[in-house]
Amino acid sequence: MNKANKIIKVEGLERSFPSTEGKGETQVFGDVWFDVKEGEFVCLIGHSGCGKTTLLNILAGLDQATSGHVIADGFAVEKPSLDRAVIFQGHALMPWMTVMGNIDFAVSSRWPAWDKEKRRAHCQQFIDMVHLTGSENKKPAQLSGGMKQRVGIARALAIEPKVLLMDEPFSALDALTRGSLQDELLGIIAQRGQTSFMITHDIDEAILLSDRIVLMTNGPEARVCEIVENSLPKERTRSDMHTHPNYYPMRNHLIEFLVNRSKSFREELASASYDPKNPPVVRPAADGDTLNQVAS
Amino acid sequence: MSQDVKDRLKAMVASIGFLVVFLAAWNAFVVAQSGPAADMDPELAALLGPQAKGESALPTPGDVGSEIWGHISNPFYDAGPNDKGVGIQLAYSIFRVLTGFGLAALIAIPLGFLIGMSKLAAQALNPYIQLLKPVSPLAWMPLALYTIKDSEISSIFVIFICSIWPMLLNTIFGVASVRKDWLNVAKTLEVPPLRTAWRVILPAAAPTILTGMRISIGIAWLVIVAAEMLVGGTGIGYFVWNEWNNLSITGVISAIFFIGVVGMILDLMLGQAAKLVAYAE
Repeated sequence: MNKANKIIKVEGLERSFPSTEGKGETQVFGDVWFDVKEGEFVCLIGHSGCGKTTLLNILAGLDQATSGHVIADGFAVEKPSLDRAVIFQGHALMPWMTVMGNIDFAVSSRWPAWDKEKRRAHCQQFIDMVHLTGSENKKPAQLSGGMKQRVGIARALAIEPKVLLMDEPFSALDALTRGSLQDELLGIIAQRGQTSFMITHDIDEAILLSDRIVLMTNGPEARVCEIVENSLPKERTRSDMHTHPNYYPMRNHLIEFLVNRSKSFREELASASYDPKNPPVVRPAADGDTLNQVAS
Repeated sequence: MSQDVKDRLKAMVASIGFLVVFLAAWNAFVVAQSGPAADMDPELAALLGPQAKGESALPTPGDVGSEIWGHISNPFYDAGPNDKGVGIQLAYSIFRVLTGFGLAALIAIPLGFLIGMSKLAAQALNPYIQLLKPVSPLAWMPLALYTIKDSEISSIFVIFICSIWPMLLNTIFGVASVRKDWLNVAKTLEVPPLRTAWRVILPAAAPTILTGMRISIGIAWLVIVAAEMLVGGTGIGYFVWNEWNNLSITGVISAIFFIGVVGMILDLMLGQAAKLVAYAE
């Protein structure tokens, strides 16, 4: 087991909403247990409707769990914190502020005592990092979708958070832009050792970016089905990862889950000795791979 | 020449064309009404005015044009209570409108902000706002005159009460419909509530608030004419009524022209202000 510090611990998390018929409550997900270790990149995959965004909002402190709790850096999450930056699905840039203004809004919230010069220099560093040098004074409406999300990434990282939370950050982008942004994000996160948690339904995105992938079954009453360890080497890139012998075992395992098991998991749950606190950990890899099947 | 400039030139030529056709038709109509002079006592004819001389009671465009020019060339004379320059009368009306409108903005915008932030307050106060909004502002006039006992302040109060509703409703709507994403950004950045109000909610709602202000000033300018006809004394509304009492149709038409011009300028000013706070998503 990795001895690294657990930055985020999700313990028995449950979220219910009043049901639409007005009687009783509908549980979106329940008994969710997993963690994110320092420097690790964890992805959560599931179909729409399994409460992925709700889960991320609870992690961010924007929503409250019905029961269970999230522990971030040793403290229970009750409200949003500058230690947990969020990259939103729809970039959520303020359209009346420039690129610099948007990032500065975050930086001045993090360090209110800094003077303008210091904040500008800090913002510039992150604008350069996402390759938007020269667009500092543009308004979001003048940027393409990909550029907007770059600003979103720069804004989230500029406050130097302990954890970066991402809610399908690239789902609104076209495939080409998505690919290049994934590469860039991978580079930035590896370079900074940024602890990250991302929600996605894109299998290749999860394989490229994450160290571990949490599989969530279909809602309502969604559960963590299992946790998949990424068997590809850390130095993977988008252009060469499909040549690795472990790529197809990983991909097939995830597709099999999304297509079939996410629906039928309830039977699996009833029959097997499923422990929600320790969901099975699998490591799909090619035959002969030395680390095959760590535990279950 | 670019297509845009060409199109604008075409529109301008068409506008002038419409004006020329309208003025020509007006002139022809007035001339056609003229007949032979009636055979009557010249003293009675002098009392009856132009009709007795066989002229139409309606002025020609030329008469109105020279009347308007007369007002423009000497707008600020003051020859007693019933004979003041149109500039002075307009200044009275603009002062009342701006005072009533300004006071309404001072109350409606902060109040709308508070109501818009609370779903409970919005729902609780909505029936009252909906009940008071359609009341003609002039219906408040007797109540205002009775309680305030001052016609000047009463007319300002009437302007205040008619301009408050659009601003209040638009501010509530603008604040309540600020995108959740933006508020969530502020929350995750632990931005204090006042800073969120100032840096996020206000700029996000500003275009909607400005639209409300623009509707309000338009209504206020409509209402001031009627209010001044009622209370009398000064103002462009009183001026119109005074010209009517003098049977000066020329004066009435030129007053209509001035009311239109000032209303247009007020609207343009708020339109420019709205451009300043507009943002593209």
